[in-house]
Amino acid sequence: MAGIPATADLRPPVSQIKALDWLRANLFSSWANTALTLVVGYVIVRTLMGFIPWGVFNAVWTGSADECKAAKGVGACWAFFPANWRFILFATFPYEEHWRPALASVTFVFLYVFSAIRANWNARLVYVWAGGLALIGVLMFGGVFGLSFVATERWGGLVLTLILATFGIALAFPLAILLALGRRSHMPAVKTLCVAFIELIRGVPLISVLFMASVMFPLFLPEGVTFDKLLRAQVGIIFFASAYLAEVVRGGLQALPKGQYEAADALGLSYWQAMRMIVLPQALRMVIPPMVNTFIGLFKDTSLVLIIGLLDVLNAAKTAAAQPEWRGYGPEVYFGISLMYFVFCFAMSKYSQQVEVEFNRHKHR
Amino acid sequence: MKLLASVVTAAAIAVTAAVPAQAQQGSGSPTVDAIRARGHVQCGANGQVAGFGMPNARGEWTGLDVDFCRALAAAVFGDATKVRFTTLTAQQRFTALQSGEVDVLARNTTWTLSRDTSLGLEFGAINFYDGQGFIVKRSANIKSAKELNGATICVQPGTTTELNLADYFRANRIRFTPVVIERLEENIAAYLAGRCDAYTTDVSGLASIRAANTPNPADHVILPEVISKEPLGPAVRHGDQRWADIVKWTHFAMLEAEELGVTSANVDTHANSTNPNIQRLLGTTGGLGAMMGIDNRWAYNIIKQVGNYGEIFEKNVTPLGIERGVNRLWTQGGLMYNPPIR
Repeated sequence: MAGIPATADLRPPVSQIKALDWLRANLFSSWANTALTLVVGYVIVRTLMGFIPWGVFNAVWTGSADECKAAKGVGACWAFFPANWRFILFATFPYEEHWRPALASVTFVFLYVFSAIRANWNARLVYVWAGGLALIGVLMFGGVFGLSFVATERWGGLVLTLILATFGIALAFPLAILLALGRRSHMPAVKTLCVAFIELIRGVPLISVLFMASVMFPLFLPEGVTFDKLLRAQVGIIFFASAYLAEVVRGGLQALPKGQYEAADALGLSYWQAMRMIVLPQALRMVIPPMVNTFIGLFKDTSLVLIIGLLDVLNAAKTAAAQPEWRGYGPEVYFGISLMYFVFCFAMSKYSQQVEVEFNRHKHR
Repeated sequence: MKLLASVVTAAAIAVTAAVPAQAQQGSGSPTVDAIRARGHVQCGANGQVAGFGMPNARGEWTGLDVDFCRALAAAVFGDATKVRFTTLTAQQRFTALQSGEVDVLARNTTWTLSRDTSLGLEFGAINFYDGQGFIVKRSANIKSAKELNGATICVQPGTTTELNLADYFRANRIRFTPVVIERLEENIAAYLAGRCDAYTTDVSGLASIRAANTPNPADHVILPEVISKEPLGPAVRHGDQRWADIVKWTHFAMLEAEELGVTSANVDTHANSTNPNIQRLLGTTGGLGAMMGIDNRWAYNIIKQVGNYGEIFEKNVTPLGIERGVNRLWTQGGLMYNPPIR
């Protein structure tokens, strides 16, 4: 017996696994699994049988609200999107100037893609972002180069969602690192301040933070002095995200073996040098999954600004669906918008998995 | 200034500090001075209610309340386009007005005693008389709300609607079962699916639901009882009477224009009118604008650029299937009545 090598872990060559075997192994391996497979399969088939005739065969893909009305109840009204896409994407931005938020959105996507390529991770990235954001600012505000000035209350749609999410993530991240370091600091004042900030913000829902920013905060200011509504919401989102991210980063800092800190000290590095060169690179790498989790959550949370009356992409779609002739197409609107959110969030998630693999390559050597 | 601001805040977010201008020679109203210094009227609007305040598919603001704000801009600047809209939710609206974020709140707001006094607001004009009613299916053969004994009634939570409903049924000693559903669309779906016998909200809302959401409007009846008073009108901050005057008389000028038959189309033909009322309205005589610290041709500008009350009603509200009803002029049996412009 002792001389026979264990063979249980060896798998046959891939080419020999047939579809049936796969099914048997994964879906019908026991009575319980077979029952589960059948039940889930039934639910899926029933859902598709309901959805496909409504969403595909009987659906109205193009045309006017009248054609949709005729198909009401039997077919989906996807024609809502071709008819209202400009409002959903750009909301109340002046109609003739829609190319400006369109170009700004494209710039955002370019910045995301550019930053996603690791070869670009050097000093040039800073300049590209500075240039990109300046371009977006000029496009959105106008007032220079012959562009007409557009106040922030006319911004809306997809570009507003992207602005809130991008600035939320980009500014919350450094703030979160400072908060996490502050929370582990040995200076009592700094530590207390950071703990109080994190616990206070984390202890309330984002809706309360936004409400505070938009309803309570103006009452504390002298009469007549007001801050831009969008700016207040943006700051609220940054604070909220930074409190959550700070705890994620703290998790990474605590997971790092103490020897790393001591080694940094032994090398005679100052606190900031140690953090920048030894501690943070390792700590942050460990917390990529929960960090991306927070980013994705934040991206979706930006839709909560609808309660303070900002026309983000979801609220713009809902407003478009409140037009008398386009009323009653709630399912189509939500389906379309969730598809859009899914594309963004899935891309983020896929990309983070790839980054994680690359960053942890040293572990698999 | 704007150019400078946009460069400084190229990071895409601006801080707009609207510092109230010093009361100079001009209007005698800090709000009007601030509006002039800023170059536009800042108007708090609804953003979700068709016919009253909502952007259309091109992103342009439309609605009765929105056009009222345009009329204000026409009165102050002689240019109805010098207005900007801030979308406000029901919870935000009063704070936004109190803190000076908006100059005027024209957002389907019911004039009540507590809002007028303890909230520090100033109402004065009513640009839409609304009231809560019921819609039922014609097949149910119900003629009056009093016959709704034992009925299941769909209602949206958190508004005065829900309270009015309970008050009305208690006062009349009728039993009912409320079905409380948050979203308007789901309420309508529940009503149409027969989950409730009746749906209750403001009559204007019922009319537009009947016109836009029911497969066959003739199958549904709006009951004659109106169980609450919902006078909707623009509000301003308490304490700036001059600005409140301008807001009030802007509405009255639009009523007067309708009563005198002056419309945006024919206002120019009335320029040499011998009717003293029209002369005063259009600023040919009387110097009434100057009394409010604005141009004497204020009402001319309102009518020319926005229209009289009947015109903006027909443009915005009539397409929703809402009848003019009590919002007719007093001369036609309605409630719209303005003090003399003299």
